[in-house]
Amino acid sequence: MDGYYAFMLIATALVLMMTVPALALFYGGMSRSKSVLNMMMMSYVAAAIVGILYVAVGWSMGWSGEGTLSADPFALLWLDGVPTGDYIYVMFQMTFAIITAALISGAVADRMKFSAWVVFVPLWSLFVYFPLAHMVFSCTEKSLICGRIGAQDYAGGTAVHINAGIAALVLVVLLGKRVGWPKEQMRPHNLTLTMLGAGLLWFGWYGFNVGSIVFAGEEGEAFTERFISETGRTFGNTTLATMAAILGWLIIERILHKKATSLGAASGIVAGLVAITPAAGAVNLSGAVAIGFIAGAACAWAVSLKYKLGYDDSLDVVGVHLVGGVIGTVLIGVFSTSEGAGGIDGLLYGGGFGSLGDQTLGVLVAVVYSGVLTAVIALAIKYTIGLRLDEEDEVNGIDLAEHGESAYDLHSGSSGSGSSILAGSTSTKNEGVKA
Amino acid sequence: MKLVTAVIKPHKWEDVREALETFGVTGMTVSEVSGYGRQKGHTEVYRGAEYDIALVPKIRLEIVVDDADAEDVVGIVVKTAQTGRIGDGKVWVSPVETVVRVRTGERDEGAI
Repeated sequence: MDGYYAFMLIATALVLMMTVPALALFYGGMSRSKSVLNMMMMSYVAAAIVGILYVAVGWSMGWSGEGTLSADPFALLWLDGVPTGDYIYVMFQMTFAIITAALISGAVADRMKFSAWVVFVPLWSLFVYFPLAHMVFSCTEKSLICGRIGAQDYAGGTAVHINAGIAALVLVVLLGKRVGWPKEQMRPHNLTLTMLGAGLLWFGWYGFNVGSIVFAGEEGEAFTERFISETGRTFGNTTLATMAAILGWLIIERILHKKATSLGAASGIVAGLVAITPAAGAVNLSGAVAIGFIAGAACAWAVSLKYKLGYDDSLDVVGVHLVGGVIGTVLIGVFSTSEGAGGIDGLLYGGGFGSLGDQTLGVLVAVVYSGVLTAVIALAIKYTIGLRLDEEDEVNGIDLAEHGESAYDLHSGSSGSGSSILAGSTSTKNEGVKA
Repeated sequence: MKLVTAVIKPHKWEDVREALETFGVTGMTVSEVSGYGRQKGHTEVYRGAEYDIALVPKIRLEIVVDDADAEDVVGIVVKTAQTGRIGDGKVWVSPVETVVRVRTGERDEGAI
C-alpha cells in the first residue's frame, strides 16, 4: 500500500507535466512564431482554471456516488468530507481534467480570443468533461459508459481523447478558418520544441496509463501481486504501442510524401499513446504493437483530411486525438484478452462481437454527448462575448494582441548581434511603463 | 572604383573568402539574404501538407575594388563559387563614385 501511494504521488506529478509544459511545447513548436506564446498560455491557463474547478465540484461530480451521467455535484463540494489521505486520488483525476481541456487548444491556434478560451474552458469542463469522466472512470452499475454499456476504457480513450477530439472539431467549425488558410503557408516555427514536447508527453504518459490502476477490495499479498502484474502490463503496452506508432506514421509518410519527417515521429508518438490509453490494461504486447501501428498509420493519413473537408483543425487535434482515440477504444473489441484488466476476450481471442459492439457504443455515446454540449457552449460564447479575434490582430499575431508579448527577440537587446542598433530603438520607449 | 556584388551558395562562402583573401582583398561586407532565381525554391512537407518555399538562403558579398582589380575579383568569385548546378548565384559589377574611410577621411583609392 505504501508503495502504491508513493507511486501515485509520482504518477500525478507526471500527468500534470504532460500539460505544463509537455503539451504546451508540443503545440507551441507547431504554431507560428507570432502565436506560440498564446498557444502555450492556453495550456497553462487551462491548468489553473480546471484545477481549481475540479476541487470545487469536479471530484464530487465524478466520485461522490452513483449516477448515469454524473454523481451529486454538491455532496463533496470543495472536497468537504474528503480525508486528506484521499487527496492524491483527487489530484490525479484533476490532472486528467486539465489535459483534456488543454488538448482542444491545438485546434483553434492563432485566432481564438483569450477571454473566450478562459470562459470556454471551465464551462466545458463542468458540462462535458466532469460528466464524461464519471460515465467512464467512476465505474458503478449506473454509470453510462463503464457500467451500463460495459465499454472498457483503461485511462481515457473516450473521456479524454475522443472527448477532446470531437470538441475540437465542433469548436473549429464554429470558429472558422484562420485568415489565409489553407493558401497561406503556416508551417511549424520550431520543431525542436515539438520533439521535446512529444518526448515529455511520452514520459508523462506513464503516469497517465500506469497510474490509472484501480483497486476494489483487494488487500495484502493479492493487492501487491495484482499491482505488480497490472502495472507491468500497462507499462509494457504503453511503451510498445508508442514505438509501433512512430514506425506506422513514418512508413505511411514515406509512401505518401516521400519523406520520413521529425514532425511525423513526434506525431506518431502522440498517436500511439492516445490509441493505447484505453487499451493499456486490456491487451497483450502483440495487441499493443498492432494498435499502435494501426493508429500511427491511420492518423498519418487522417491529418490530411482537413484539407479535403475544409476545416482548419490547426494542429490536428481531430486527426490525432479523435481518430487515435476511436481506433484504440474500438480495437479493444478485437485485441482484448481475458488475462487483461477487464477480463474480457475480444474478437481475436474467441470472444465474439460482444466486446466490439460495447466499445463502439461507448465511442458513439462519448461523441454525441461531447459534440452536442460543446456546440451549445461554443454557440453561447460566440453570440455573447464572441469567440474570434479581430482579423487585423490575428494577422499581426495573437501574442501581441492578446498578451502584449513576442516570443522571440533575436535581433535586439544586449546580445551584441549585428542588428542590435537597428532594433534597439524600442528599448527607449518606456513611457508606457509606470513605476 | 567598382562595387562587386556577388550572391552565392552559403556553403561556398568560406572558399570564396579564402580565395579573395589570397588575392589581396582586404575587406568586404557579407549578409545572409534570401531570394530565388530560375531554380525557384524547394518543397517541404509537414503532416502531409506540402509547402512551396519560394526563397532560398544565399550569401551576398559586397566588395569595393580598384577598377583594375574588378575583373580578377569577379573571376575568383565565379571560379570558387561554381558547382555547375542550378542556383550557383550571380556576380555583378557597378561603378562607384566616391569612397571615404570614416576613421581618417581618406578618399577613393586611398580608402579601399
